Amino acid sequence: MLLIKGGRIIDPASGRDELGHLVLKEGKVDGILPGDAPEEFAGKVIDASGMWVVPGLIDMHVHLREPGFEWKEDIRTGTKAAAVGGFTSVACMANTEPVNDTPEITRFIIDKANREGSANVLPVAAISRGLAGKEMTDFTELSEAGAAAFSDDGKYVANSLLMRRVMEYARPFGFPVLVHAEDPDLAAGGYANEGWNAIRLGIAGAPAVAEEVAIARDILIARQTGGRLHIQHISTRMGVEMLRMAKRAGLNVTGETAPHYFTLTDAALEGYDTNAKVNPPLRSEEDRMAVLEGLRDGTIDAIASDHAPHDDSLKECEFSSAACGIIGLQTTLSLALALMKEGTISPVRVVELLSASPARILSLRGKGTLAPGADADVTVIDPETEWEFRREAIMSKSKNSPFIGWKLRGRAVATICRGIIRHEAARGEESF
Amino acid sequence: MDWKRKHILGLSDFLPDEIEFVMDTSRSMEEVLSRDIKKVPTLRGKMVVNLFFEPSTRTRTSFEIAGKRLSADVVNFSSSGSSQSKGETLLDTARNIEAMKPCILVMRHNASGAARFLSRHLSCSIINAGDGLNEHPSQALLDLYTILKVKGKVAGLKVAIIGDILHSRVARSNIHCLGKMGANLWLCGPATLLPREMARTGATLTNDIREAVKNADVVMTLRVQSERQKATFFPSIREYFRMYGLSNNIFSLAKDDAILMHPGPINRGVEVTNDLADCGRSVILNQVESGVAVRMALLYLMAGGAHVAD
Repeated sequence: MLLIKGGRIIDPASGRDELGHLVLKEGKVDGILPGDAPEEFAGKVIDASGMWVVPGLIDMHVHLREPGFEWKEDIRTGTKAAAVGGFTSVACMANTEPVNDTPEITRFIIDKANREGSANVLPVAAISRGLAGKEMTDFTELSEAGAAAFSDDGKYVANSLLMRRVMEYARPFGFPVLVHAEDPDLAAGGYANEGWNAIRLGIAGAPAVAEEVAIARDILIARQTGGRLHIQHISTRMGVEMLRMAKRAGLNVTGETAPHYFTLTDAALEGYDTNAKVNPPLRSEEDRMAVLEGLRDGTIDAIASDHAPHDDSLKECEFSSAACGIIGLQTTLSLALALMKEGTISPVRVVELLSASPARILSLRGKGTLAPGADADVTVIDPETEWEFRREAIMSKSKNSPFIGWKLRGRAVATICRGIIRHEAARGEESF
Repeated sequence: MDWKRKHILGLSDFLPDEIEFVMDTSRSMEEVLSRDIKKVPTLRGKMVVNLFFEPSTRTRTSFEIAGKRLSADVVNFSSSGSSQSKGETLLDTARNIEAMKPCILVMRHNASGAARFLSRHLSCSIINAGDGLNEHPSQALLDLYTILKVKGKVAGLKVAIIGDILHSRVARSNIHCLGKMGANLWLCGPATLLPREMARTGATLTNDIREAVKNADVVMTLRVQSERQKATFFPSIREYFRMYGLSNNIFSLAKDDAILMHPGPINRGVEVTNDLADCGRSVILNQVESGVAVRMALLYLMAGGAHVAD
């Protein structure tokens, strides 16, 4: 039994945004009490006055690196970072070693998460065996093992025929197909946004059109097949525009972006900062503005971190040899809250982007809402406190973030997963 | 002026005064090279390591000769990626070299920003002898030196740089260097190798070699690598030469006293015709000669050297 009293309860899925007291019981939401808080309560009480109480945040795009790359991250440390960052659920991508393309690997991830995890782990299985882009994985068997969705993230399904078959085959089951949209021929091995900054620094460019062509193809395949498409880490202006068109046309297409695409531009590459090396690359200011507009007008459904841990040896090196990726589990919430300060989005929309929408896209039952009977996954957010993101406070094994040293505002002060408190920060506590 | 820089990583942040100072120092070095005994003890007891991760003949040799003329102990460490193919990182290789206590590391690497990266991790001075597509500062300085020697000035001169601008660190360094010194820069090449964003450098862009060369004082052609053709940047070497090769016909559009430059190595019949490369207005070998004096000046300045006349 847990009582979270006196908070502003924001639950877009139930259309709720009001003060109240949330009662959790036996791993579920028991209900919301209006008015004065009960004077006596047979269980733990969390005082949430001045805080937001929201359905547990869901990061639908992370890399936990286990199995295979445990020196970068593992399920225990990755989910700990998730809990500290306010996330109660994370969807982990399939580019592990071995690749999550068999039910055994999917079950391994779920078992490990149940034993050692601080958050719900939703394995995303590969679309193609070995991420090789040739043959489809056993979708229904993987789904029965617990795969939440399918994605070859990190790689584009370059073969258009395979993509068509995948979308068609998956449609009757309703499996979400998540795509890393990047035409590898057009990207031509570039690793910075093609444009003035890449030219100035002499870094091989990957043009926005490499993403845009890929998004266009997959939207058209979704239209042809009626399949359920989700576009990952949208970073370009025309990418946002095509998602908008697809939605206007009534297609079953959704999309996400990551905080670095609405916070940074390719100007961050100055000095060859390898922590700003990410795929898709940081784009131009024009692209960043378009992503912001997509978040504001509802075109972009979700914010996901694309948490991609890499150890120092892959970042403390020359730019061209550095690995692509940014860790994000502990900064995503704050960077999303910053949009509110700029007036881009409302508190309700923040919760939609980080919880309600991911739950809807991944068809997660009992998640993304605080309706009675829902899972007792709750995040308590202090939207005001300023804090500094320090390297020492990173819970991930890897420290590759361009936001280290940034002053951020707003953070999770309590993260409750299936009724268990997985993270609790002391009130006013600076260290994080 | 006092020389304050510890490293020479690129010319993008050089001030015109600093460039002038390098030119002045290079003139003193050229005087040394005109003596019967072309060697001074200035860098005696100091070690210069040439750390080259890309094949290079003239730049490495030029730095080696420059170091030896100044009595430095010059050690060449060439690794066409070999130690890295054994799994050693650039940083580890460089740290190993540094443990042997060099005074100056002259380095070339195929990664843009490699010299800047090492400058953050090593305590010795670093001269960038070419990093990926980014910069090749000593080449641009020797190009400027050559132009000044022949023309007496660079401000107001029309300088046309022709070829693969996109992939050229020589072009980038020259755009910084000649631009800061007031040259009227024109960049010319096929559209696939001349990004439109380059206009932000202040240079004039054209895809018409005639327009670029017309009334030019200096025509600088860049090396074209044949693998760019395989990567579909242009249809064929034959067509490249037809459109962007420098022939007598085209060069005759330049001013009568125009000079022809090339950073080498030349693909004769691709960037420039055979006879033009050897003609009286070609200063290609003067560039090589200037290279030694300019690199002596850089080593001297970096080592915080004593009097040249010692």
